[in-house]
Order: sequence, then structure tokens, then C-alpha cells
Amino acid sequence: MVVMKAMGIESDQEVVQMVGRDPRYGFMLLPSIQECANDDIFNQKQALEFLDKKLKPSLYSSNEGKAFGVLRDFFLANVPVRELNFRPKAIYAAVMMRRMMDAMLNKDAIDDKDYVGNKRLELSGQLISLLFEDLFKTMNEEVKKRIDLGLRKSAGRSLPIENFITGDSITQGLERAISTGNWDLRRFKMHKKGMTQVLARLSFIAAVGQMTRVKPQFEKSRKVSGPRALQPSQWGMLCPCDTPEGEACGLVKNLALMTHVTTDQEEGLSPLISLCHSLGVESLELLSAEEIHTSNSFLVIFNGIILGKHRQPQRFATSMRKLRRAGKIGEFVSVYVNEKQRCVYIASDGGRVCRPLVIADKGVSRVKEHHMQELRDGVRTFRDFVRDGLIEYLDVNEQNNTLIALYEGEPKEEITHIEIEPLTILGVCAGLIPYPHHNQSPRNTYQCAMGKQAMGNIAYNQLSRMDSLLYLLVYPQRPLLTTKTIELVGYDKLGAGQNATVAVMSYSGYDIEDAIVMNKSSLDRGFGRCIVLKKGVSTLQRYANNTQDRICKPLKKGETDRKGDIEKMRILDEDGIASPGETIRPFDMYVNKEVPVNTKDPVDLQNVGFKSAFQTYKGAKGETAVIDRVALSSDVNNNLCIKFQFRETRRPELGDKFSSRHGQKGVCGTIVQQEDFPFSERGICPDLIMNPHGFPSRMTIGKMIELLGGKAGVSCGRFHYGSAFGEPSGQADTVEAISKTLVDKGFSYNGKDFLYSGITGSPLQAYIFMGPIYYQKLKHMVLDKMHARGRGPRVMLTRQPTEGRSRDGGLRLGEMERDCLIAYGASMLMYERLMLSSDPFEIQVCRTCGLLGYYNHKLKITVCSSCKNSENVSKIKLPYACKLLFQELQSMNIVPRLKLTEAS
Amino acid sequence: MPKVSALNMPDVPMGLPSHMELQRTRVSCDKDAPTHTENVQASGAYASVGVDNSLRLDQFRKNFRVTVVRLTEDDMEFDMIGIDPSIANAFRRILISEVPTMAIEKVFIANSTTLVQDEVLAHRLGLIPIKADPRLFEWKDDNKVSNEKNTIVFKLHAKCQRGGPRLTVKSDQLKWLPNGSEFIDEPTTATDSTPATGSTPKTFTNFDHSQASLPEFANNPIVPKHPDIIISKLGPGQEIELEAHAVKGIGKTHAKWSPVSTAWYRMLPEVVLLQDIKDELAEELVKKCPAKVFDIEDLGKGKMKATVARPRSCTLCRECIREENWEERVSLRRVKDHFIFTIESAGQLPPQELFTEAVKILEKKCKGLLDELS
Repeated sequence: MVVMKAMGIESDQEVVQMVGRDPRYGFMLLPSIQECANDDIFNQKQALEFLDKKLKPSLYSSNEGKAFGVLRDFFLANVPVRELNFRPKAIYAAVMMRRMMDAMLNKDAIDDKDYVGNKRLELSGQLISLLFEDLFKTMNEEVKKRIDLGLRKSAGRSLPIENFITGDSITQGLERAISTGNWDLRRFKMHKKGMTQVLARLSFIAAVGQMTRVKPQFEKSRKVSGPRALQPSQWGMLCPCDTPEGEACGLVKNLALMTHVTTDQEEGLSPLISLCHSLGVESLELLSAEEIHTSNSFLVIFNGIILGKHRQPQRFATSMRKLRRAGKIGEFVSVYVNEKQRCVYIASDGGRVCRPLVIADKGVSRVKEHHMQELRDGVRTFRDFVRDGLIEYLDVNEQNNTLIALYEGEPKEEITHIEIEPLTILGVCAGLIPYPHHNQSPRNTYQCAMGKQAMGNIAYNQLSRMDSLLYLLVYPQRPLLTTKTIELVGYDKLGAGQNATVAVMSYSGYDIEDAIVMNKSSLDRGFGRCIVLKKGVSTLQRYANNTQDRICKPLKKGETDRKGDIEKMRILDEDGIASPGETIRPFDMYVNKEVPVNTKDPVDLQNVGFKSAFQTYKGAKGETAVIDRVALSSDVNNNLCIKFQFRETRRPELGDKFSSRHGQKGVCGTIVQQEDFPFSERGICPDLIMNPHGFPSRMTIGKMIELLGGKAGVSCGRFHYGSAFGEPSGQADTVEAISKTLVDKGFSYNGKDFLYSGITGSPLQAYIFMGPIYYQKLKHMVLDKMHARGRGPRVMLTRQPTEGRSRDGGLRLGEMERDCLIAYGASMLMYERLMLSSDPFEIQVCRTCGLLGYYNHKLKITVCSSCKNSENVSKIKLPYACKLLFQELQSMNIVPRLKLTEAS
Repeated sequence: MPKVSALNMPDVPMGLPSHMELQRTRVSCDKDAPTHTENVQASGAYASVGVDNSLRLDQFRKNFRVTVVRLTEDDMEFDMIGIDPSIANAFRRILISEVPTMAIEKVFIANSTTLVQDEVLAHRLGLIPIKADPRLFEWKDDNKVSNEKNTIVFKLHAKCQRGGPRLTVKSDQLKWLPNGSEFIDEPTTATDSTPATGSTPKTFTNFDHSQASLPEFANNPIVPKHPDIIISKLGPGQEIELEAHAVKGIGKTHAKWSPVSTAWYRMLPEVVLLQDIKDELAEELVKKCPAKVFDIEDLGKGKMKATVARPRSCTLCRECIREENWEERVSLRRVKDHFIFTIESAGQLPPQELFTEAVKILEKKCKGLLDELS
């Protein structure tokens, strides 16, 4: 109430009128009015003085008039104040109060904070413009400071302003922000990390999937379920399947296939505002407080600013929509009538998610057959549909004013829109799954994460790229069972998998826990073969004293070879660089580089000492690679930069990971000769065998239908479709139709074949579900992970074995394993594991003082340095880490004394 | 009254009872699962009913038959009747994995600027079937020198001219080198590159004389079986120059040595109508079967009866017994000792020779076993 008074609404009655004349509102406002009266605040001046007192006292200036400034510039800053007219702000505040009191009186009026319609996505343009604004203003300040300084010195001479705009602070600032991803804008109180990401080129789907990702601002550590849960309002806008597992589950989302994120309108907002007024919106200025909330009128709110009210909201909304469909106003302007709040919201701001829908008149689609024919003939494009008012973009809010039918032909009068295609509620990654609507929901989510790890094609330029790590499939295939999304995205041209004939049966016992049995002949013929490309870089650095790295000729046979490097130089060319096409083994040199010994002090350039700094290939022992390509280029600092690409071709081996498109991953359990594999009456032999136990608990019916559809597809020579929710519209083949094709081609309707055992030659005692399924090879391969160590490097400090595969580390016998050994009483085993195999060390201990002594090699005696004698010194064995602890304790002035007793 | 054994009386049933005989000789393919798939081999399996189940050689000789149904250049179908599935399976297994052929094993790439990676190129070359009789060659182990008796050398040199259209390299461009490798096996360093006068430079093979001079190959040069297998595609300016060495091997080592695309058998289908199927039901039955197993016999006066016309073409889709009650009318069976054997040759050898080779290998194995045992 004080604030309202300070904004010039001095009459209590007017405030109450602004909020609304419902006595309940008045009752809730009463305490505040009372307070005003108690504090003797009756007019604007008194209110402002009161507020001034409440402000934090400042050292430099009095608080007088400050509250006015705060009210003008900060309070509800989105509502503009023209010529000190506070009325719009006051009304805005009153409407806010009204909504707040509504929420207090009626719990239903509380807004859902996870409602997608109230969310805005920040796009790169917005973020960069903000960054630029900050940098530009900073630069202006600096320039001003410099000019001031210059003016003081030059005293009146004219100064060309260009001279003061120096440096590249904007370029640098932009580069820094984009390369680190840290948006630190003090001016806007923005500190965001990870705003930029390097596009993952691990697979085509990973790259496309990353581009649809939506990341929330709040931190992931909070254990809240609300924002993570599936929101009904995200229907069609955000993919319900594609979200990571783990801490970011449900927070990181992905856009659905047809979602469009609006951008800020270029031409400004005033044309829209004046259009609203000409369509009968009564301006706020012309309304008395009483008139704002009359029962027959709706408030019109434009991008969060109250424009005024309208007496016929539906008519107003309809005419706005008509104008939009006619293309007179932007296609992404949304008009939304909220009956509950008695408001009409018009939004043209950026960051709203919206999607296209077919407009229907009384349930009859505006898109007719002749339109579709034109589209097929290539006369008409999607844009034409929007321009001709056949399709329009709706945002989440406006969808609430519509009745959207899934398919054409529903006999309801009230239908206003028709979905273009139900499969578009899924995103790119989930769109690859055939029959996802038959799968258990988490399986689709798993596949969304796994599809990104599949090997295949990366991009059309994949063989010209120089990625640090690249996985390619030798013979990638197009899935036999496609979806509409696959065709739209282009996955059928850049596939990441192969159609494998799968028999669902148990075989050999090496298929437990989702392991798969593979046919050796299939592997021989190229199934699952992949190419791994790794990068190696060598830069010829130039140093401060003008010296430079150099590349040397390899040593020839017969030349003096002090370090035994000649064997390593096997594949080097005359120029000291390995040539493409050569086979390279681990520890082979690929560039024979030398660096100057002295890089700091000025030296005679004719006579520089060099030391060898060759680079060798590091790969799995026993495996060889081929040098795929060598590229000479220059880096940012204009140094010569030599890039190597090493190529390994791998065939699947035991333990390599494979997955179908239904979140069913498994490792290769065993590889079996073809003659041991079962074969069908037509001589078909499966490529892999999958255990049927994978089905009951996973409930991936989609995979079974994929198998049936794939089998029908190969036998009748037509790619079958399995788009999400596609059966009614013909985007997915029905099981009935598939079964019919199967029967026509002489298979059983249920996809089960009569198989003979390849081992005994007799028929199997069951019909086996067999057919092609699209299998992906995932990037996790045994060769990159396997690790064992007998002896090897140790850490210098503790003399214990190093940690991790990359350092050839030992395998740790951890705390829990230790507990097991203690409980079991295997003391000798523990002694061996924890000491002998780790860091045994012999020390001399003085029996009198209990401190460590040493062994004098010259005199061949043991000495205790604190007792200064060599009597009573014993030799004991303990872990080096223990000795280290004693010495560290000693360095902290703690004396650890060892008390030795005779071993019994 | 002459003395006769009680068992020889005419009203005492002899042999196996009919249902057991059915189980012994037929796999019955029911709606849900095949039953009696196993083969009863034990000689005393039916001793309790007084039937000797042992296999007699003379009996086998009498019953065993092979009839060739179809024989073309590359595939063959024949019936093998009166044999145990394990023996038939042995032939199948040997055909797939133990009959030797010649296949490209080592590829020496002098230059390859195609998009196809060297390893992939070599793999593709390896899978090309080569029309060369493996029986004319010897085995080559790793430390043996390549000579004219164990190695076939091919040359591939293809170049796509700059400015020209793209070039598809097909298997017919693999040229047989009857005189062995043309690539010089230079020592690792080029220091002693003074060729000894008079002697030919050392190559990767050591051929005493040309393979073309052998009578087998004189009028029958060694070529890839199919001339139109795509090896690679060349863009303008790209070139492949390589030599490929084919050696003898078996399918167990790598599928490229397998002489068959596949070899398999199926047991002879037997379709039995358990009841007389007449009129509408007969029509229904004929309509049901996609393999056209059944026919209709016109009995006159508008009466019809279903007959089993082509049991051999039954694919076991089980469509005829899918619906309720049909399992009582139709029974699908497989004859356990009648194998319809199909061999699809990959082209190195004609299918009939493949089979005899397989028989020889099995024979050799049996001999080997007997030798070991004695």
C-alpha cells in the first residue's frame, strides 16, 4: 500500500478498485491500509519519505529521493515509465497483488513452475548479443576514460576519436567466452559455465542429438522430482524419451522433431501494440481503476506488459489469429486467452518453443489432397503451407485454446487443429527406434543414450577430417526397418549399424547376462568390422632466442646408433616423417624431431645443440596400425604443425559391445564356427544368437516387431516402416500385415522357423524366432580396455604400483577385499598382496630408542643415528608407505617409536 | 502240429507298435514345437519290445540311395536317403569348413590412393572366389617359400585418369601372373642396390617355371569366378597397384576359403491328412497353404476332397494347422532318414565334386581314427 501510494495512487479506494472489488481482496488488503494509517502515510510525498528511510543508508549522499529513483528504474523494470507516469506500474502491481491473493484464496490458481509455456529457451543469438553488449559497454567506458585522460593532456586540441578505440577487447572477450564456455557478465549478474560445447563428432546421431539438447540453468545436485518429471505441457515440444540417466535425468531435455524456438522480433513491438489498439483494446490510460476488472472484459497482456482491456476477448483473439494466418503479423506471435485469469496473452518474444499444426475448420483439415499433390510435385514447400494459412505454429500457451485431433476425420465440431504426424512428439534420437510405442519406456531412453555411441558414418566428409578419435564401420548398412524420422534426419544415408540375422535362442551357455553368440563366418565376411582413427600431432616450436625445433633424417643401417633407435626408425621417410600407408607398431617413431638444448639465452644460430625429442606411436601391445594420412599445416602461432592419423581395423572379438535399437546392449560372449550354428530349412544361418531371457523383463516388444518386419522386408524386397504411433496413419506396418507377408513367402506367421542343430544335425526341439535386427556396434571395445600387469612402474613417493591402465598400473586389492581376507583369516595371502607385491622395504630399527637407523655400506654396520651406536639395531621389513609415514610424522615433531619384540 | 515259436503266431504283433515306429522315423511338427526330433541310435533302444535297433551294414547298403534332383553349374540338390542325420551333418560341416580352396591371403600394395582403406581392400580381395582347382596345389605354411606349387599370383593395376569419369574396379581386372610376383623384394635399406648381373632380381615368390606351362592351366587361365565383383571405385587421379597372392586353405580358418556359399539339408516333408477333408474345408485348406502343397480331387457330384499333392514343397509355415481343430486334420512330419541336400558352390569347384571331396575328407578322417585306435 505504501508502494502504491508512493507511485501516486493516494486513495485507498482506488487501490482496492485496482485490485478488484471482491470483499475478500479488500479484507486481505486491510492490514496494509491500517499500517499506512498508523504510520501517517496518506500521500505520495509521505510514502516516498517513508521508503527513503527504509533504504540502506549510504555514506556519500542522503537517501532523499532515492526511493523515487528505485521505483522508477528498478521496480517492475519491464513496465516503461513515460513522463513520470507511474499509473501503468501501479496497475501492474495491483494485478500482481490480485493474482497473489487469488492464489492464497484458491490453491488452483497457483502457477505450475515447471509448465513449459512459462519457460523461455536462451538461444545462441541472445547470449552472444548479451555478451557483446557487455563487452561493447566496457569498451565504451575504457574509451571514455582514455579520452578524458587525453583531453586533460591535449588541452583543447581536437582529438580524432579513432585513436582511442584501440585494442581488440571485444574480439578477445568473445573468443574467451566462446572457447571456455564461461559467460561472466558482471553487468547482467550472469555467471554461467559450459555455455559452449564442442560438437561431439563421435557419430552422426551424437552430433545431431547434441544440437537439439536443452540444458537447464539450475544445478543438478538437487534431489527434486518436480522439474525432472514428464510435463504434460511438453507434448510435442520436448522429446519424452531422450534424457540422460543419472544426475541430469529429466533436467537435460531434447527438442522434439518439429519444434521451433522463436527468436526476438526484428522490427520492434510498436506495430503489434498499435494493431492491438486498433482491434479494440482499450488503453490503460483511458481506464479508471474501477473499469480495469469489470466482469465482462479481459486484460490484454503483451509480452508481459498490460496493454489494456478488451470487451470481446474471443473476437479479439480470433481476429489476431486471422491476421497471423494471413501473414500480416509474424507467424510465431501467439495469442492465448486465459479464461481463468481473465486475460489475453499476446507473445512475440524470443525463446518460446512452438510447433506447427494443421489448421482445421470444424474438424475438417485445411490441407487438402491437391495441396499434398503439389507438395509431392515439388511445387509447394513447407513455407507455402504456413504462408497460405494451412499450417500454423502454436506455442505451448496457445495450444491450451485449441482442440487438436491426432488424425483427420474425427467427427468433432470443436476440433481446431490436426497433428501433422504423431511421431513428431519424439526427438531425433528416439526417432531412430522402430516401434518405440511398443517398448517399455525406459528402454527407449536407454537407446537414446546408446545410439550416440554407435559406430558408423560420422559425416560425408569423414575421410577428410582430422578428428582426435574417430570410429567408423567398414560396411555400414541402412536399417531394414526404417522410420519416417530416419529418412528425415538422413540416418538411412549415414547409418551406424548392420542388419544381422538374429536367432532368439539359448546356445552354449556363453550367452548369459545379455551376452551374444556370434557367427565366425559372418565376422570373416565383414560383420561388425570397424576402423579406429587416432590422431597424433607434432608442432615445430619456435623459441624466444630464434632457435627452432627441427626434424632429422632417420639413421641408416650401418650408421652409429647409440641408443638403439634405428629399429624404431623403420618406417620413417627420408624427411624424418613417417609416410602414409606404412604399418606402425607400438614404440615406432613417426616423427624424428629434435629440440634445441638452450631455448632461452641468445645463441649462435649456426651452432645450436639439439636433443632428440622424437614421438612414438602408443598403442595396444601386439597390435599394429597403419598411417592413414599425414597433413602439414600451421597452427595459430604460425608454427609448422604435422598431423598424423593412425588407422586400426578391428574385427569384433570377445567382449566387444553391441546393441540393438531397443536399449538392449550386450557383449560378445563367444564366437562360434558357422558349421556349429543352427540352420533353417532354407539354409539360412543366423549371424548372431541372442538369449531369450533378454525379453521378459525388458518388455521390448518393438524389437520383436522389428524382427518380424525385417524378415518380411527381406523376403518381399520392400523396406518396412516402424514410425512411432504410425500404425493408424500408415507410417508403420502392422503386425497383421507383416504376418501376412511372411505367410505368403512361406514363413510362419509368428516368425518362428524350424531349425536344425549344426552340431548334432537333428532338428531343434522348438521353433526359433529368427530374423534380421539392426545391430549397432558400440564404441566400447575390449582392446581399449583390457589390462593386466605383472610388474611395472611404481609411484616415486610411495614406491607402490601406479594406478590406472594408462600408466600400466596394478590392480588394487581394495579395502573391502582386504576385509574379506581378514575375515577369512588368510593372513599369508594378505601379507603377500599388501606388502610383498606392493612396496616391501627393509629398515633398521634401534631397539633402544625405537627410531629408524641406517646401514653404513662402507663400514658394513648398522647405525642408529639418534643413539649414535650400532648396538641393538635390528633389520625389519615393512611397507615403504609405512616408513614414509614415520618420517612424515617426525617432520611434524611427532616421534613414532617402534617397539620390537622377539618373534615367537 | 509242427512246433512253432509262440512269437511267430500271426496274431502276435511283431516289430515296433505303429506309434513308436512313427516316433522313430518321423519328426512331428506340431503347432507349438517339433517333437521326436532326436534320433534313436542305441541298438538296444527297443530291446524291451523285442526289436533290434542296431544298424546293419548290409541293411544300410540296401537302403541307402542318392538321387540328384537338380544340378547346375553352381548349385545342386540331391536326396540322400537312408542315412543317419549325424552323417549327413558331417558332410555339411565338412563342406562348409574343411574342403580346401584357393583364396587370396597376402596382398602387396604398391600404391593405393583410393578411399578404400588398404586393410578393407585386402579383405575384399580375399573374399573373391578364385576359379582354380585347389587339388592341383600344395599347402603352404608360413615359413615355406611361395612357389608355383602353392601360390597363385594376381596383379591389379587400375588408374582413373584425371578429368575422366569415375572408374569402378571389378574383379575381372585381377590379372593372373603365371610367372609369379613381379614386385622386387628389396632389402629394407637401399644401400646395396647393385643388382647382380645376370640373375633376375629377387621377388616375393620363387617360381621355377610358369604355371601357364602346366597342362591344367594351359588353356584354362586362372581367373576370379565372377568378373563383376566390385573391388573399389576410383575417383579421378586415383590409382591402385597391387599384387595378391592366393594360397590354399580351409573354411575353418577363414570363411573366404569355404567352397560353398552354404550347404544344408532338410528332411523330407511328409504331410498326412488324418481325416478326409471335404468340400469347403478342402478349399479352405488349399487356400491356406502358400506353398501349394494340397490339391483338390473332384469326386463328382460337386463333392471334393483334399489331397496332398506336393509335400516336398512344404516350407513348414504351419499355416494349415494354425487354426483351431486343424491339428486333428493335418499332420506335418519330417522323414528322419531322408535328406534333401543342397550345395551352393561359391564357384571354385562344381558342387558335385565338392561333395565327393567332402566324402573323401570324411573317409580320411575315419581312416585316421582307425589308425590311431589300432
